[in-house]
Amino acid sequence: MLTHSIFFYFFSVIAIFSSLMVITSRNTVNSVFFLILDFISVGCLFIMVGAEFLGMIILIVYVGAVAVLFLFVVMMLNVAEQKQSWFIGKKSTHIPIGLIVSVLILLELLVVVGGWKYKDDLMSSNTLYISDVSNTHQLGLVMYTDYILYFQLSGVILLLSMIGAILLTFRQRKGLKKQSYFNQISRNPSSSIELIEVKSNQGVKIDD
Amino acid sequence: MIEIGLGHYLSLGAIVFFLGVIGIFLNRKNVIVILMSIELILLAVNINLISFSIFSGDIVGQIFTMLILTVAAAEAAIGLAIIVIYYRNKGSIRVEDIHGMKG
Repeated sequence: MLTHSIFFYFFSVIAIFSSLMVITSRNTVNSVFFLILDFISVGCLFIMVGAEFLGMIILIVYVGAVAVLFLFVVMMLNVAEQKQSWFIGKKSTHIPIGLIVSVLILLELLVVVGGWKYKDDLMSSNTLYISDVSNTHQLGLVMYTDYILYFQLSGVILLLSMIGAILLTFRQRKGLKKQSYFNQISRNPSSSIELIEVKSNQGVKIDD
Repeated sequence: MIEIGLGHYLSLGAIVFFLGVIGIFLNRKNVIVILMSIELILLAVNINLISFSIFSGDIVGQIFTMLILTVAAAEAAIGLAIIVIYYRNKGSIRVEDIHGMKG
């Protein structure tokens, strides 16, 4: 139990520190790096508490795909030079209201958490843990049977987001030479071979 | 203090959620940091769902976490695509430069 608490405090302190650095660091690339650190430490927390599959998924999907996507966009857009801290420049009126709202949200959440009591019948759910199979096995047993519709719908969501991202960022460039497959395979000899009478001492222009 | 219970994990989720909301409100740099704050908020929700799922012995919370992961990845892809085309059209993604809708 002591090891559990030591690792919990270690990973949570790293997670809170790195999420603080995500929103305060001046350079956007540093923000992305601290976001990656945050994901990794929360993934380690998930693995530690017993949800191994989702910890690994967090490592693969968030660190391997989403954070690298952020990094690519940050490096592509040349925004790393915009080093401006919060309170410099034009006075903004929404900072104090934002602070008040955020602190109120934190206080409400902590009040709810601090007054938390277990209900007696909390364990009486119908999809209980089966303790002799692994976490991934349990997830598969429930996800592919009871929640198959949601699983398929999340696949549709991913497909839609892929189509949307491609459609949004697609642009037609002028002056590119592209292969036209339809024109290529619909040629026939009568339209593509031409006999030209070449007069002597005169060239022939074949490039048109 | 030594005994780690559900309250510790919920407090961690609350603090990360709070930092994400602060990042949205107080951001003066660019829109990408706002997207990262949204990712932080979704991560806090995932922490809450997984800790409830573990401590109450119900696997369904982890399945909802997986659905949230899917939606978060889709949202990040679409949001970054919108940011890319906005930068291509306007040349800047600073928060105070984005006022096309006069909001």
